[in-house]
Amino acid sequence: MPPSAAVRVGSPFTGLGPVFMKELSDHLSSIRMLVLTLFVIVFGAFPVASSLQQLRTVVGADAYLFLRIFTIAPEQIALPFVQALNFVIPLMAIGLGFDSVNSEFNRRTLSRVLSQPIYRDALLLGKFLGGLVTLAVALVALWLIVFGAGLLLLGLPPRGVEVARALGFLVVAIAYGGVWLAVSMLFSVVFRSTATSALCALGLWLFFFILWPMIADAITLGFVPNEIRSVDQLLSLQELSLALQRLSPGTLFTEAVIGLLNPETRTLGPMLPSQMRGAIVGAPLPLDESLLMIWPQVTGLIASMIVLFAAAYVIFQRQEVRA
Amino acid sequence: MPDSNIDNVISARGLLKVYGAQRAVDSIDLDIRRGEIFGLLGPNGAGKTTTILMMLGLTDISGGTVEVLGFNPVREPLEVKRRVGYLPDAVGFYDHLTARENLTYTARLLAIPRRQIDGRIMEAMERVKLADVVDKRVATYSRGMRQRLGIAEIVMKKAEVAILDEPTSGLDPHATFELLEMIRGLKREGVAVLLSSHLLDRVQSVCDRVALFNKGRIALMGTVVELANQVLGAGHPLLVEASQIDVAAVVRSVDGVQKVTRDSDGNWRIVADRDVRAAVAQRIVTGGGSLVRLADLQPSLEEVYTRYFQEEVRHAA
Ligand SMILES: Nc1ncnc2c1ncn2[C@@H]1O[C@H](COP(=O)(O)OP(=O)(O)OP(=O)(O)O)[C@@H](O)[C@H]1O
Ligand SMILES: [Mg+2]
Repeated sequence: MPPSAAVRVGSPFTGLGPVFMKELSDHLSSIRMLVLTLFVIVFGAFPVASSLQQLRTVVGADAYLFLRIFTIAPEQIALPFVQALNFVIPLMAIGLGFDSVNSEFNRRTLSRVLSQPIYRDALLLGKFLGGLVTLAVALVALWLIVFGAGLLLLGLPPRGVEVARALGFLVVAIAYGGVWLAVSMLFSVVFRSTATSALCALGLWLFFFILWPMIADAITLGFVPNEIRSVDQLLSLQELSLALQRLSPGTLFTEAVIGLLNPETRTLGPMLPSQMRGAIVGAPLPLDESLLMIWPQVTGLIASMIVLFAAAYVIFQRQEVRA
Repeated sequence: MPDSNIDNVISARGLLKVYGAQRAVDSIDLDIRRGEIFGLLGPNGAGKTTTILMMLGLTDISGGTVEVLGFNPVREPLEVKRRVGYLPDAVGFYDHLTARENLTYTARLLAIPRRQIDGRIMEAMERVKLADVVDKRVATYSRGMRQRLGIAEIVMKKAEVAILDEPTSGLDPHATFELLEMIRGLKREGVAVLLSSHLLDRVQSVCDRVALFNKGRIALMGTVVELANQVLGAGHPLLVEASQIDVAAVVRSVDGVQKVTRDSDGNWRIVADRDVRAAVAQRIVTGGGSLVRLADLQPSLEEVYTRYFQEEVRHAA
């Protein structure tokens, strides 16, 4: 337990730069990163390739054609690109963070590093930022590949507003990755065994993907009265279901992405982009209104990232350095 | 503090560490002087590592104070850690990186100017005789090489105080000897060294002063000779091998001799309160005996240690 309560002298960020640079170069040169990138590219390439196949036939009819690359569910594989990302970003973030702190314990490097002039704050933050930037690098690369492929195959340049929306999507995707990175780092602080920490993070990921929607439904069903008398009652049930769904970061990500990439979206609900497209008619919203709409989702992602990081920090501060 | 002294690099007063109901370190007072090698000795779980961690600000202090180079490790850990080199027991490095990369990382954390980093790394690696493997991955290093790399880190840091936790554990006799030579080298440069160890006879050869830890308390502190006097009650033991003379009879009257006994090999053991070798030799020779051997028996720390803890057990019983 270091002196967290006592008045400390010196900046908590001393040494942040070196830690960040080391983490970044470790990640970028690791085999693990290579595997994760391959994974993401494979997961991303199929939906994008099939979307492009399909979109080439409708050239000209759609003002937001470029954004459809990200969102349409291609006929062959019925998996929009953003859904694929919703699935693989957590995996990638977990892969980058699950052993970040406990491996230092296990390699017995922690006490040696902490005996250099650095606070634990800087070590943890440097590791987090290193992971986040690695993730961002991978996502930007993927984004550029998709964009380039779109340019080549659709043969027409995106409009400025499309680029802006696609960039917004990139930011949301990075924030989403940050949440899962914080989750996996929290587990890496809590568990000394890297296997346990990986297992817990993956377990949580599967929980949110598979079980949580069902649990949220079940809870909502439990609140259904014998007989629904008014529209208000129905609405409040729907709100409950929505609120529960939104506890999953995946829902926040999907909603924010739908709002950004489907300009026609006027309200957000836990629906798949494919459903959204059919369901909504009307003029596309201007960018600023779309941003305003998804703002709560983005804030939610960033806030949960900060809360998780803070939890990891507090636990890390209280740990003994010796292995 | 009334008796704090600028010659002390580390001074602890009433330093206390409590784990639950257990006092891992129980109100110890300790002063380490500039330029000395100080040994912390004690059985497993005596509280040596805990004491060291408190000095570095790596663990909370439950009570008392400690000052390192005039800084408070609780409030100013960065200042302390900038000036103090630490070699943890079972030190670890990043195996996938080379020694140079590992040290470069440390150098960056220390904010050593970029242009100086390579020079300082090579200088330090030469000092610990690892210069030829500086670009090998640490995964290929042996235990002894890792310990030396840890020393190189301290040399590179240009630390004023080096704190070494069990630096020789797990090393073969030759590697131990080499490591102790490096520790002496640190001392020659004016670095104060605090080390903890189990290898008593080795420690004895390098330490200026030692503190004997027991259950979180410092049981004894001082030079090896002082401790021997305290525990064994023996000032200067001598071993005499002589023939054609009754050594006991001629030597007993020498000034300062307290006890003369004959051991099972037929040699004589003399205990005196000062160095009486010259007088003893003279008596034997003038008495007509032939002196075969006259050896100064260094009080062994091992003996002090064993005896001390035997006494402890006896008192406790
Ligand atoms: N995190 C902890 N929680 C509870 N007790 C602890 C903790 N760390 C150490 N202790 C206790 O504190 C005491 C002192 O431990 P310490 O590691 O300082 O001993 P040591 O002298 O370094 O022993 P060794 O020679 O085995 O390294 C031991 O009894 C140990 O059980
Ligand atoms: Mg120890």
